[in-house]
Amino acid sequence: MSFLQFILQNRGQVFELTAEHLWLVGLSTFFAALIGIPLGILIAHWPRLDKSVLGTANVIQTVPSLALFGFLLPVPWLGDRADRLAILALTLYALLPIIRNTYTGIRGIDAAVVESGRGMGMTESQLLLQVELPLAMSVILSGVRTAVVISVGLATIAAAIGAGGLGELIFRGLAMVDNSVILAGAVPAAVLALLADFGIGLLEQRLQPR
Amino acid sequence: MQEPIPGPFIEFRNVSYRVAETQVLSNFTLQVERGEVLVLLGRSGSGKTTTLKLINRLLSPSSGEVWVNGVRNFDADIIRLRRGIGYVIQEVGLFPHFNVARNIGLVPKLEGWPEPKIRRRIDELLQLTGLAPEIASRFPHQLSGGQRQRVGVARALAANPEILLMDEPFGALDPLTRDDLQREFLALQKSLGKTVVFVTHDLREALRLGSRIGLMEAGRLVTILGPAEFLRSSDPWAAAYVKAFGDPLDPDRTEGVS
Ligand SMILES: Nc1ncnc2c1ncn2[C@@H]1O[C@H](COP(=O)(O)OP(=O)(O)O)[C@@H](O)[C@H]1O
Ligand SMILES: [Mg+2]
Repeated sequence: MSFLQFILQNRGQVFELTAEHLWLVGLSTFFAALIGIPLGILIAHWPRLDKSVLGTANVIQTVPSLALFGFLLPVPWLGDRADRLAILALTLYALLPIIRNTYTGIRGIDAAVVESGRGMGMTESQLLLQVELPLAMSVILSGVRTAVVISVGLATIAAAIGAGGLGELIFRGLAMVDNSVILAGAVPAAVLALLADFGIGLLEQRLQPR
Repeated sequence: MQEPIPGPFIEFRNVSYRVAETQVLSNFTLQVERGEVLVLLGRSGSGKTTTLKLINRLLSPSSGEVWVNGVRNFDADIIRLRRGIGYVIQEVGLFPHFNVARNIGLVPKLEGWPEPKIRRRIDELLQLTGLAPEIASRFPHQLSGGQRQRVGVARALAANPEILLMDEPFGALDPLTRDDLQREFLALQKSLGKTVVFVTHDLREALRLGSRIGLMEAGRLVTILGPAEFLRSSDPWAAAYVKAFGDPLDPDRTEGVS
C-alpha cells in the first residue's frame, strides 16, 4: 500500500494531474459528442453514408494510440502544444462509439412510431427532437460512456508527448522502476473510469424509454 | 381544410406506384365522397397500405395524381395536408415516452392550441373513445391492446381532421375487443361523419363498416361496390373473396349495411 503513502505525500501534484486528466478526457469527449452525435444522426437518415462513416471511424480506432500521437506531432498549430494534440487524438478515438450508438439508437426506434409521427404532420426536426433523440438517448449515452472509459485509459498515454495527466506518474514510475509511483497514476485513473462508467450508467437508466 | 369544394373529397387519377422493379399500384383510379367510409379490401400485398400513404403523401405516385379536397397533393403543403388527416395504423405507433394525454394532444400541441383547450379536448376524446379519465397519465406500455388502439383513434381525431385513414386498425386485436371497437367506430362515425378510408383484409369487417368496398388485387382496384352488392356480385374476384370466407355471412354482422 505504499502507493497510498506516495499519493498522500504528493497529494497536491496527484490532484493537479487528476484534474489535467479530467480536462483531457472531458474536453475530448465533448468534442467527440459535438461531432459524433450529428454524424450519427446524419447516417441514420442517409444510410447510403453509413458504411463509409462508420468504416472511417473504425479505422481511426485501430491506429495504435502512440502512433497517432506521433503522426499528429508535426501538424503546425497542433504540435505547438501537447494538450491540443492529445485532445484531438482522444476526440478521434471517442468518435466511433458515439457515432455508432447514435446511429443504432435511432435506427432501433420502432418504425411505426416514426411513421405515425410523420403521418400526423410532424416536421423532420420535430421528429428528431421530440421522438428520435429522446428515444435514442439512453443508447447514445451508452456510447458516450464507452468513449469516456476508453479515453480515461488512453489519456494516460498522452503523457508520453508531454500532455500531462495521470500518465505522467505512470511513465515516471516506469523510468524509476517504482511500482508505487506507477500505481499512484494507474489507480486514480482506474477509479475515474469506474466512476464515469457508473455515473453515466445511472443517467442512462433514468433516460431509458419505457 | 377550408370550405367544401364540390366533387370528390379524395381522388386518385390514374395513379401508378413503382418501387425499383416492382409495380405496386397500376392505373389506380378512385373517388372518395365526403362523409363516406370507403373500405379497401384485399389480401396482404395487394397495395392497400401504399394507397393510404399516397393520400397523406408518405409516398408520392410514380405517375398520375392524387387530389385531396380539390388540391393536387403534389402542390399541397405537406405538413398542413397531414395535420388535416387522421392516421391510424395497426401497430398504433404511440410515442412510448409520452403518456396517453400527451399522445392524444400531439397534433393540437403542434398546431399551437392553448394548453387549457388541449386539456379539454383530451378529456373529450377520452370519453368519446370509451377510455377512463385516469388512463390519461398512463404510458402506452401500461395499456391493453384495445386501449392502445382507442388512444390511437383519439390521437387521430384530436385536431378534428375531416379525413381519417385507418390501416387495419383492429387487425391485431382479439375478436371480442375488435367487435367492441367496430361497434364504437360505427357509432362514432354516425355522429362525426368523417371521410374515412379504411383498409382491411377481413371481409366481415368490410361489410360491417363500409359504405362502399373497393376490392384490390395485385395493385389494381378490381371493383367497387356497396356491401349488399358485394355479397351478390358476380365479379370473379369478389365472388372468390366471399367464397373464401366460407360460411354464409351472418346477416347480424352486416348491420352497418344500409
Ligand atoms: N418499399 C418497398 N420496397 C419493395 N416492395 C414494396 C415496398 N413497399 C411495398 N412493396 C410491395 O408492394 C406490395 C404492396 O404492399 P402494401 O401496400 O403494403 O400491401 P398491403 O397493405 O395490401 O398488404 C407488396 O407486394 C410489397 O412487397
Ligand atoms: Mg398493409
